[in-house]
Amino acid sequence: MLDKNGIAKRIAKEVKDGYYVNLGIGIPTLVANYVRDDIEVEFQSENGILGMGPFPFAGEEDADLINAGKQTITALPGASFFDSAMSFGMIRGQHVDLTILGAMEVAENGDIANWKIPGKMVKGMGGAMDLVASAENIIVAMMHTNREGESKLLKRCTLPLTGVGCVSKIVTELAVIEVTDKGFKLLERAPGVSVEQIQKATEGTLIVEGEIPEMQLD
Amino acid sequence: MIKKTVSNVQEALEGVHDGMTFMLGGFGLSGIPENAISQLVKLNVKDLTCISNNAGVDDFGLGLLLHKKQIKKMISSYVGENAEFERQMLSGELDVELTPQGTLAAKCQAAQQGFPAIYTPAGFGTEVAEGKETREFNGKMYVLEEAYKADFAFVKAWKGDEAGNLIFKGTARNFNPLMCGAATITVAEVEELVKPGELDPNHIHIPGIFVQRIFQGTNYEKRIEQRTVREK
Repeated sequence: MLDKNGIAKRIAKEVKDGYYVNLGIGIPTLVANYVRDDIEVEFQSENGILGMGPFPFAGEEDADLINAGKQTITALPGASFFDSAMSFGMIRGQHVDLTILGAMEVAENGDIANWKIPGKMVKGMGGAMDLVASAENIIVAMMHTNREGESKLLKRCTLPLTGVGCVSKIVTELAVIEVTDKGFKLLERAPGVSVEQIQKATEGTLIVEGEIPEMQLD
Repeated sequence: MIKKTVSNVQEALEGVHDGMTFMLGGFGLSGIPENAISQLVKLNVKDLTCISNNAGVDDFGLGLLLHKKQIKKMISSYVGENAEFERQMLSGELDVELTPQGTLAAKCQAAQQGFPAIYTPAGFGTEVAEGKETREFNGKMYVLEEAYKADFAFVKAWKGDEAGNLIFKGTARNFNPLMCGAATITVAEVEELVKPGELDPNHIHIPGIFVQRIFQGTNYEKRIEQRTVREK
């Protein structure tokens, strides 16, 4: 079973040379730490930077330089700043190659819910609805089950949707899963995790074909 | 040159009254019009509708107006990090319209550029699209979103000149340029107000035609919401 950093490490393998990548808040943010350093990748943050760098050294924080999670960041050589309309132009115009975001629920048809629990929690969708409505390549980083132990990979989402039929892949502490026309297709198991464990934690249709390999993290 | 300068925030906010709709720039606490917000608190104008990506934090930014119950309706994309906001929203005291971030940007920009509405794929198939016209283009579904209408736009820039030309810094740019000229009156506050000719015309982000009033801001706190650093 993986921890959050393990999930980020596995997703980092999906990041290819020459990609512009948008990272969501939470586990997705950690992905940047594990991207191979022999490839060229630029991170976009939807509040208006392309070429986002690591956190600044203490004393060098700048209130005018933050990421979408409002954290202080740095700009790498070759970076650019832009307004929010241009930022979402990059997203809607499908110029961003890969989007990695968190979710509360994903359905077997690729629907995603991650912005609202009616009557309990409403933080808003931020840029998530724009991202999922436009991106071709969306990977969800999340835990397989919620705090109550209930599956987050469902037949149908129960929470208000963020987008429809948009998720391509899911990486959890248990598995790598592809969203196909027929349902969730199990691609890889986390180290030490059995297919039965994944099956048990997945409410939606899980397609298991042949031998399922264990994830390679390094 | 058409001069846009006013001497202070009091003069800049002349004409503001109860029940108005405002646009306010900023993402989180970055690039927010701190001086205009302080003055709105002082004026104690009520029943406001505020279009702003976020709603500040409990004791800063738009949180100051929320605390005094001056806001009737918020139009935002993300309102976490604000306990008082959440309380007022869940209790029904505050009307909240949540809008996808890119749609919010586009609706401001549409108002600035004279488009009555735009089509966006964001929110199709979700409750955001309920009651709105949808249309298919090239096999994909889009939602019709109308341009915002506002009485005042309050923006914050890094540098500006007496002609109202503006330059923004870093990610404090965000929604600020899109709100310029998107309301009846645009008020720009700047960290550094300079004489015409001191800004290179090649570097100007927003031409003065989109700005009605500009003033030298004071006492910027520029609070950092999430201070994250790494070890040397």
